[in-house]
Amino acid sequence: MIRLFWRDITLAFRSGGGFGLGLGFFLILVTLVPFGVGPDSARLETIAPGILWVGALLACLLSLDRLFALDFEDGSLDLLATAPIPLEGVVAIKALAHWITTGLPLVIAAPALGFLLHLDGAAYRWLVVTLLIGTPALSFIGAFGAALTVGLKRGGLLMSLLVLPLYIPTLIFGAEVVRRGAEGFLVGTPLAMQAGITAGAVALLPFAAAAALRVALR
Amino acid sequence: MASIWEWANPRKFMDWTDRALPVIAALAACLFVGGLVWGFFFTPDDYRQGATVKIFYLHVPSAMMAINIWAMMLVASLIWIVRRHHVSALAAKSAAAIGATMTLIALVTGAIWGKPMWGTYWEWDPRLTSFLILFLFYVGYMALWDAIENPDTAADLTSVLCLVGSVFAILSRYAVLFWNQGLHQGASLSMDAEENVADVYWYPALVCIAGFILLFVTLVLLRTRTEIRARRLHALEMRERVAGQ
Repeated sequence: MIRLFWRDITLAFRSGGGFGLGLGFFLILVTLVPFGVGPDSARLETIAPGILWVGALLACLLSLDRLFALDFEDGSLDLLATAPIPLEGVVAIKALAHWITTGLPLVIAAPALGFLLHLDGAAYRWLVVTLLIGTPALSFIGAFGAALTVGLKRGGLLMSLLVLPLYIPTLIFGAEVVRRGAEGFLVGTPLAMQAGITAGAVALLPFAAAAALRVALR
Repeated sequence: MASIWEWANPRKFMDWTDRALPVIAALAACLFVGGLVWGFFFTPDDYRQGATVKIFYLHVPSAMMAINIWAMMLVASLIWIVRRHHVSALAAKSAAAIGATMTLIALVTGAIWGKPMWGTYWEWDPRLTSFLILFLFYVGYMALWDAIENPDTAADLTSVLCLVGSVFAILSRYAVLFWNQGLHQGASLSMDAEENVADVYWYPALVCIAGFILLFVTLVLLRTRTEIRARRLHALEMRERVAGQ
């Protein structure tokens, strides 16, 4: 399992694109937003939490179809399915590797990009905390979507459509915490809800994704 | 004593629906037309909302059906996963398009109603937003059915999607409540008489709801029959092709 984990990470680093893609997209989005809405710093400050969260979500979505598709095409997914570790474990490890290569860089880069959008000082802490808590849920939900569409040609668009409504609760709670944090309100409830979603997604979705993969490999 | 599952045997299903469908369809048409005519022409205008209140007879039943059809698909998906009963999978597939249409009707009538009442067609209100999300779920579900060629694979994957989607639909429902307190009124048809609508509107609305339910039953049986026939046709074509070689 550990070896699979390292294999996925090194593949993501070496194959190019996979690792930098999400981060690059995030950077492009944040650079473009002020040109779209105007350089007024008060307006940027109010929309910054939402933009950063939507950006993180889309960046995550962008790299999802590589999650199982490459392994499915070259047949290594069949080998993984017959390996002594359960398929649920394979899914969990691959989702974790996806998070490390796309989610974690976003968490690290977010404060710098928040600075560009004049994010309120008090909100940085909450931005990092919510992204740290929320992005694993994005990876695991995405792994489920990717598993559903793995055998399909041109599954990318379909996967985005399937995953989009599943992402909404995470996005709502994530952006809500940052917004409340910026205004100095209590953030406990949405933060707990988001942590709950992540915990549920990490615990349950590997089973659903593995069931979908078994159907696709049948 | 025959078990209930025999009624869902494809051949028996075709048999009894063939006989029952005209009756159900006629009843649905009566209730539907009766309820709407009663509602539109024989109830007084509301003292505040005027004649616009009458869109209620389309809006409320379609919104109810939009949610209940998803629940029916969930049950059908569970039956497919547990018993691998083909009619059940086909019924879920048939119901999805009807559910999507109902959601769309609820959204559109809500928009038409919203303009004179709230002064806006669309508001990012919890109820409205959760219906938009529900609509996305329906569209994704149907797209997944269409994208997969093997019907058994499609049934398996869409069932899993329906299960996971249900959990997330409930989550989204509460998440959007949290995110925005909106314009939409609370439940107008709860058992609590305090917040209920007046009896003059309530009885025709009940007839309309019954009409919508029967309309759904009619359509879902019709569409399931079509799916079964399409499946048989496909099997016949395959057999011919094999025999022709």
